[in-house]
Amino acid sequence: MSRLLMTGNAAAAWGARLAGVEYVPAFPITPQTEIIEMLAGWCERGEMSARLTMYESEHSMVTGAASAAATGVRTFTATSSQGLLYAMEMVFAAPGWRAPFVLVNVSRALASPITLEPDHTDVLAARDSGFIQIHCATCQEVLDSVLIAYRLAEHPRVRLPVLVNQDGFHLSFTREPVDLPEEARVRAFLPPFDAHQAGFRASRPVSQVVAVLGGSPYSYFRYQVHLAQREALDVYDELAAEFAAAFGRHHGAIETYRCDDAEVVFVLIGSLAGQAKQAADRLREAGLKVGVVRPRLLRPYPASALRAALRGKQAVAVVDQNLSMGSGGVLYAELAGALQGCEYMPLLVSFIGGLGGRDIGDAEFFAMANEARDAARRREVPEPRLLYTARELRELRKLQAIAGTGGVQEETR
Amino acid sequence: MSEQPYKSLKDLPRSHALSPGTAMCAGCGGLEALHEALDVLGRKTVVVNAAGCMTLLANYPYTPFHGSWLYTSMASAPAGAQGVRDALDILRDRGRLADTDDLTAVVLTGDGSAYGMGLSATSAAIERGLDFIYLCYDNEGYGNTGQQSSAATPHAAKTSTSAGTQGYAGEKKDLFAVWAAHKPSYVATVIGADPLDLARKVQRAAALKGPRLILALAPCPTGWDFDPGDTVEIGRLAVKTGIWPLKEYADGRIVHTRVPNPRVPVEEYLTRQGRFRHLFEPERNDALIAAIQARVDRYWDDVG
Repeated sequence: MSRLLMTGNAAAAWGARLAGVEYVPAFPITPQTEIIEMLAGWCERGEMSARLTMYESEHSMVTGAASAAATGVRTFTATSSQGLLYAMEMVFAAPGWRAPFVLVNVSRALASPITLEPDHTDVLAARDSGFIQIHCATCQEVLDSVLIAYRLAEHPRVRLPVLVNQDGFHLSFTREPVDLPEEARVRAFLPPFDAHQAGFRASRPVSQVVAVLGGSPYSYFRYQVHLAQREALDVYDELAAEFAAAFGRHHGAIETYRCDDAEVVFVLIGSLAGQAKQAADRLREAGLKVGVVRPRLLRPYPASALRAALRGKQAVAVVDQNLSMGSGGVLYAELAGALQGCEYMPLLVSFIGGLGGRDIGDAEFFAMANEARDAARRREVPEPRLLYTARELRELRKLQAIAGTGGVQEETR
Repeated sequence: MSEQPYKSLKDLPRSHALSPGTAMCAGCGGLEALHEALDVLGRKTVVVNAAGCMTLLANYPYTPFHGSWLYTSMASAPAGAQGVRDALDILRDRGRLADTDDLTAVVLTGDGSAYGMGLSATSAAIERGLDFIYLCYDNEGYGNTGQQSSAATPHAAKTSTSAGTQGYAGEKKDLFAVWAAHKPSYVATVIGADPLDLARKVQRAAALKGPRLILALAPCPTGWDFDPGDTVEIGRLAVKTGIWPLKEYADGRIVHTRVPNPRVPVEEYLTRQGRFRHLFEPERNDALIAAIQARVDRYWDDVG
C-alpha cells in the first residue's frame, strides 16, 4: 500500500484501474475529464489492460457501457451534469438490463443558467432510475467506493449498475492523501467479473431487452429491480464489513458523527460533511450538542439506519444542495417520508444551500443549528429556506445594474 | 453462408434464420427484406435494435430470431453495437470466447432512427471503423406511430403530418450518399422485391469488415396505403421507374447493380399508392407529377 496525494478524479481512475476494469466507454465533460484522460493514458501505455472507446455523446456512451456489460466484460464509465442528463434515457433503461457496471458522476449544477460548479441536482435526477447510488465525502472514499461498487453491482442478489458520486471541484479537483491498496489485495476482495450465463454467444443465443404486452409483466420486471435494490441494502452492509476487514476503512450505508448525545443533527450528503463536522465541533464548544448524519447510500435508501440514528433527537437540519422546483429539498422530502409515523422522531427543518458551488460558511451552520433547535422548541415547521445573505443580494443588484433592465421576466419576490 | 457468389434465385439459402409468425403488418416490405438478409447472414448474429416497428419482433416471451437480440433506444443502436463488438473482442482476446462463438453485430432500425435520431451515433460508429452491418428498413416515415413524415419521406407524399394537397414539402435525404461520404467499407441499397440483388449485396457485405450499410426500401401497406398483396409489385415498380436505384459503394466507387432501361414512368408507381392519390384526385396535379419525374430523370442523367 502506498499513500499519495491525489484528486477525486484521480482516485476514481485508480479505482477503475485497481478494479481490473476491461472496458471504458468515454466522453469528456468538465469536471469529469481528468478521469478519462488518466485512464486513456494508462491504456495507451499498457499500464492498464483495458480498451477505451471514445463515444460521440453520453447517451451513446451509457448505451455502450450497458451493452458491453450485458456481453460480459467489466465496464467503467464516468460523466457529469449535462452529460448525465443527456444520457438519462439510457440511465433509466440500463438497470432493467440487469447488466452490472459502474458509472462515476462528478456532480455539477445544471443549466440554466450555465455553470461549471457543483450541486446535486444532476445526480438526484437519476434517483429513480434503478441505479444504485453511493455518495462520497473524501477522495479516499471515491477510490474505495468504486471497488465496493463492483462487488455490489455484480453480486448475484443485486445485478444492477452502480453510480458513485463525488462533488465537482470540492473533490474532483482537490488533492487529498489517499491510500492506494495493493493490487493483489484488491483482487482478493474483488475477483474477476463472473458474468454467469449472461452475454451473447453463437452457441447460446439470448434476447436481452424485449417488449412486453400489458402492465402485468411490466410491473413484475420493474418490481424485480426494486427488490434487487432492497437486497442491496443487506449486501452493502456485508461488503462494507468485508472491505473494512481487508483494508481497515469502514464505509457504512450511513456515516454518523458525534450523534450519540446530539440534540440537533445535520443531515446532508457528499463532501459538505467535512464542513458540517467542523461546525458540529465548534457548536459543541459553544454549548449546543450537534451531530452529523451523512447517508452514503442514497439508493437503496437506508431508511431504517436513518431512523435508528435520528431517534430521540430534538431537531434535524436537512441541508439540500439541490432544489426540486416547486417542492424544495429532495433529501428533506425523502427523510420526512422515512420518519413519517415513527415515534420519538425529531422535527425536520429544510435548508437549501450550496447551489451552483455557493459556499456554506460556519456562520450559516451555526444559524441552521439554532434555527432547527428553536423550531423544535416551538414545535413549528418553518418553510424551506434558501441560504442567501443580504450582502449577496446587494452584489447581485450590482450585476443587474450592469446587465441593464431589459429583462424579459419580472423578479418574483 | 455460401462462399460462391449467388448466380440465380436457385442459389439462395433454403434455411431461414427468422421464424414466421410475428407482430408485423401483412405485406411488410421491411420484414421481407429482413428475412432475405438474415437468411444470408445466418444465425451467428446479435441484432441490435432501435425503436421502430421491428422492436415488436422480440415480444416477451417470444422471438422469431434464432440468433441474439438487444434493444437499445431510438438514438443509440450503433453505440450498442459498439459496446457489444468491443466486449466480444475483449472476451476473444482474453480467451473467454471461442472463435466459433463470435457473432456479427447487426444494427436493425427503421428510417426514423437511421436518417434522423440515430444519425449522430451512426456517423461516430463509422468514423471509429466499427465492424458491423447496419440494416435499415426504410418505409419513408415514422411507420410505427402512424406514418408521420421523417427525413426519408419523399417529396409530395401524404403522411399524417403532411396531409395537404401538396403532400410532404421536403426532399428525401440521401442516406446512401451520407454514408458513402464517410468512406465506410460498404454501402448498398436493396429491396425485398429483388431477392437475388439483395442476397448478393448482403453476401458481399458479410465478407467484408468494418462499417457496412444495407439500406432497404420497405414498401409499407399501412403507411403508403396499398393492398398488402401488392408489396412485391410496388417494390419492383420502385426499381423499374428508377425511383429507388439499386447500387453499391465499395472501394470508393459507386456501381449501379440494376439500370432500368427503359424506365417506367413514375406515374405507374405513384398511382398504386394512396399516399400519392392527391396527385391524381380530385384533379390531376401535372406540375407535381412532372417535377417528380424530372427529379428521377435528372438522377439517371447524372449517373450517365
